[in-house]
Amino acid sequence: MEKKPLGRIGIIVIVLVVLLLIVSWGVGIYNRIIPMNEKVSTEWSNVETQYQRRADLIPNFVNTVKGAAEFEQETLTRVIEARARATQMTIDPSNITPEQLQQFQAAQSEVSSALQRLMVVVERYPDIKATQNFRDLQVELEGTENRIAVARNNFNDAAREYNTFIKQFPNNLIASLSKFDARPYFEAQEGTETAPTVQF
Amino acid sequence: MKKLTVKAAIILLMIASPAVTGQALLPRPDPPRLVNDFAGVLSASDLRALEDKLVIFNDTTSNQIAVVIVDDLQGYDRSDFAYRVARDWGVGQGDFNNGVLILVKTKTERSDGQIFIATGYGLEGAIPDIACAEIIDREILPRFRSGDYYGGLDAGTNVLMSLAAGEYNYDSYAEGGSSGAVPGIIFFIILIIFIIAISSGSSNNRQIRRSGTQNLPLWLLLGMLGGGRSHGGSWGGFTGGSGSGGFSGGGGGFGGFGGGSFGGGGAGGSW
Repeated sequence: MEKKPLGRIGIIVIVLVVLLLIVSWGVGIYNRIIPMNEKVSTEWSNVETQYQRRADLIPNFVNTVKGAAEFEQETLTRVIEARARATQMTIDPSNITPEQLQQFQAAQSEVSSALQRLMVVVERYPDIKATQNFRDLQVELEGTENRIAVARNNFNDAAREYNTFIKQFPNNLIASLSKFDARPYFEAQEGTETAPTVQF
Repeated sequence: MKKLTVKAAIILLMIASPAVTGQALLPRPDPPRLVNDFAGVLSASDLRALEDKLVIFNDTTSNQIAVVIVDDLQGYDRSDFAYRVARDWGVGQGDFNNGVLILVKTKTERSDGQIFIATGYGLEGAIPDIACAEIIDREILPRFRSGDYYGGLDAGTNVLMSLAAGEYNYDSYAEGGSSGAVPGIIFFIILIIFIIAISSGSSNNRQIRRSGTQNLPLWLLLGMLGGGRSHGGSWGGFTGGSGSGGFSGGGGGFGGFGGGSFGGGGAGGSW
């Protein structure tokens, strides 16, 4: 250790250096949070894109089925109405609250279950099932459900990584100082995780 | 103090849970193999033939087609299972995401057989979902139903390889699977369009760069042109490989998975 007594300037320099270290450490953490936060938002937009893709497919699908006479109108109406409700929901990706996500999920799972019902009903109409158009749409719809599942998993993974990081000490100090909140997760719900079963 | 330990435990759990579910599925083969028969339905020679074919395809085109045969999906959906394994292993090159994973769950007394073809992000265009469904229906399931696992996989991978390499596109496969002069003509037409696009586009390059919509067709053309070009080279390489070095797999085995990613492309079926 140094014997020489520190002058005033020396103390100021030390304080400044310590301050600088603390600030740059905080900035370092902040800069690690930013990309994680961005990633969660990106994954969210992927989730929305896939749900949108499904919503875009539904009118075609409904029209194909409608072509067959005396098809249950109720089942079709349920799909159309659930779709309309689901597409009305908009969520700001940078500020998703658990309640919003739950509402979003509820609206989308209603579409899923309505579609599932439709698939079951279609089973009774072999001549609809036999058309190439129906088959193509069915495959595309199933593919969309798969993409939704993957996008949701990716979102959850990104949110988990981000949440874990901002909740750890000392990162939580920086996170709460700069108002980074935890992100909600998609929950596995009965009927939403499994795509409508499509039999070939 | 107590609160802190509880918090720590929660964090630990959160970190551990994805890792646990990720590892619970199938271990990555070591040494790396493209054909992984966990159910033991392929004979040693069939396994070898399929592996060699896919390794050569990987060497010449960098497209990785992996086959996984299991007798239990461990409670997962066939698609979920396929994507999890495909991503765990990283089938396909990381830069191109050009992997395909064929998952087969064998038919048992208690449960139906299941198959799922999962396509990586990069191959979703070359092998659309509907093509996977057609391949399963036309090539694979008829053979699987009679218990011929190798025949189904062999025929299925043949079509997948042709589609992945751009030898012919899905439409011509759907029309009866004939290939030949058609891709060449398309390639030629695209080339002409491309030249016209370049010569007329060079004068107002700045405007094109500014507006994204005008930019798109050119990009599309570039992409298509690239696809056409690689098709010529890779197919030539493939025939060369199978002719001369088809059975010399011992010299250069499968080099390993490349970290490709999957976004939900593909289709499945059951029997």
